[in-house]
Amino acid sequence: MDPTQTPKSIPGEPETREMLLNVGPAHPSMHGIIRIIAKLDGEQVLDTDVEIGFLHRGFEKMAETVDYNGVMPYTDRLNYVSPLINNVGYCMAVEKLLGLSVPERCHYIRVIVSEISRITDHLTCVGAGAMELGAFSVFLYMIKAREFLWELVEMVTGARLTVSYCRVGGVKGDLPEGFEAQCRHALQETRKVLKEADALLTRNRIFVDRMSGTGKISAEDAISYGITGPFLRGSGVAYDVRKDCPYAVYDRFEFDVPVGTRGDNYDRYLVRMEEMEQSIRIVEQALRDIPPGPVLANPETGRPIPAAEMVDEGKMGRIAGIVDHRAVIDPTLEGAAKSQHGGIEAGEKRVFLPAKEDTYGNIEGLMQHFKLVMYGHGIRPPKGEVYFPVEGANGELGFYVVSDGTGSAYRVRVRPPCFAIMAALPKLLVGDMIADITPTFGSINMIGGELDR
Amino acid sequence: MNAASLIQALRDRFPHAVQAAHSYRGDATVLIGRESLLEVARTLKEDPAFQMSFLMDLTAVDFSAYGKKRSPAFFAHSGVAVKPSPEIPDEEPWPGPPAPARFVVVCHLFSLPLKHRLRIEIPVEEADAEVDSLTSVWASANWLEREVWDMFGIRFHGHPNLKRILMYDEFVGHPLRKDYPVNKRQPLIGPIN
Repeated sequence: MDPTQTPKSIPGEPETREMLLNVGPAHPSMHGIIRIIAKLDGEQVLDTDVEIGFLHRGFEKMAETVDYNGVMPYTDRLNYVSPLINNVGYCMAVEKLLGLSVPERCHYIRVIVSEISRITDHLTCVGAGAMELGAFSVFLYMIKAREFLWELVEMVTGARLTVSYCRVGGVKGDLPEGFEAQCRHALQETRKVLKEADALLTRNRIFVDRMSGTGKISAEDAISYGITGPFLRGSGVAYDVRKDCPYAVYDRFEFDVPVGTRGDNYDRYLVRMEEMEQSIRIVEQALRDIPPGPVLANPETGRPIPAAEMVDEGKMGRIAGIVDHRAVIDPTLEGAAKSQHGGIEAGEKRVFLPAKEDTYGNIEGLMQHFKLVMYGHGIRPPKGEVYFPVEGANGELGFYVVSDGTGSAYRVRVRPPCFAIMAALPKLLVGDMIADITPTFGSINMIGGELDR
Repeated sequence: MNAASLIQALRDRFPHAVQAAHSYRGDATVLIGRESLLEVARTLKEDPAFQMSFLMDLTAVDFSAYGKKRSPAFFAHSGVAVKPSPEIPDEEPWPGPPAPARFVVVCHLFSLPLKHRLRIEIPVEEADAEVDSLTSVWASANWLEREVWDMFGIRFHGHPNLKRILMYDEFVGHPLRKDYPVNKRQPLIGPIN
């Protein structure tokens, strides 16, 4: 039957009528808060209306009221499954506005954390999607792998979710000691889990039946809707910002862009599974090629001083010895010591905070610090506007920043990747069964934080 | 095409529609009049020289407070201003907001086959804030235009379903306008029966 036709009652048979079904806003399979009003004929979806905006927090309005680095915590909360990619995207947009280039090691660090975040995002998407189809153990395995990766994120940034790791002109701190070994271990564990999940899902009769052929979209439609990322690649279009408009140091790595052929949920699942493998490849290459960090043992004295002690000494004017020592900084600022500073910041004093030894140990460092953090001071980019796209976990994540030359942005606009996919949701659902709403919606990987901002 | 040749090609094709252009920081940008928007958009999508297959983003900027921001503190003017390093493309300075129009609708286009990007800006007066809808050219314009209507109160002529998208229907005002206070509260609404 043509799904657009209204069913008519046939004499002698029971009367059929269209039914309106509300899915959400608060529904277990509506990851976050979303409302789908589906018009049904029996089990077939005739038409849908999608309502979003339940999680609107006014990100763009808030970004106009705080200074440039103050936007960072808000970007964490855009895509809260891969917050590090948002950090990187926003920082690179502001750096483009400033005309600033960061050191190579910093680029590598940003690539490593972005790819780790991409894996966690895909793990969540595939795991949650499988759970909604009844494969609960896959979800548990994938969350186990995500835990290994989030431990890495915690090790680097000091937080699991609200990371705020990047700074305009660099990153907050260098990679910690022992990161490489733990990272390789976590990637190995993730590989095992991916193999396990692949064995459990890829040829699983129930899973394939429900994923294959549902939520179809053609390449032309997907492009017209502005869909990017794994969703577009599932339809056979090999568009990846990392390949087509390379940023940071992505042009130095070897990786493939997996594409599907049919543009259905099953192909998108396969694309995501392969992309995790490719992200692991990128991280491994980055770990191999990253320019060496500082020697971690303090060459001069061998006696690091806790930063708090440095503050006390500095307050009393005993600063003579401080500059020669390495500061031991608490976990949230680990890696920001002087010996590590050169590798992670852009070397532009008017943008990046000084090393802690300098802040506590000499008046220039102290002034530099306060000129950046005091209300009404801080970074002032020149007047202008820039757009900078990065490859988010769901597709092209773009930041459009307009500056009026003051300490806070005049306008910050996010191009959220899943907004475009959600706009195509009515098209994806029409003609499918009501049970197909769940896998299709799951494969969108809708993240309320970036959709509603 | 690089930014300069893209702008030149557009200037040659539409000598009257292109009001201004710049490529600040390497982003090709053209300012076009709203009466020729649809024609330019169709050409950009279909012409083999441009092939702008993606409407990546459509948003707006309210320039009514530009240059009038109140200083947040006594020492406000002693902040740091950074000049670009020489390796960043910066041949052209940014010409500034397109006075006297209050709003600018900003579209970011991307060509998948040719891998170039273009920003189109359409100045919109406050008194007659209406632009032609791009929904007939790119399907992605549908929700993006709804968001611009919701946030800025700019109407889109020919849009099939121009209603609020992030805010609720009872919301009064358009929150991303510069004259909308950031801490304003609106009454809670109950369920609609």
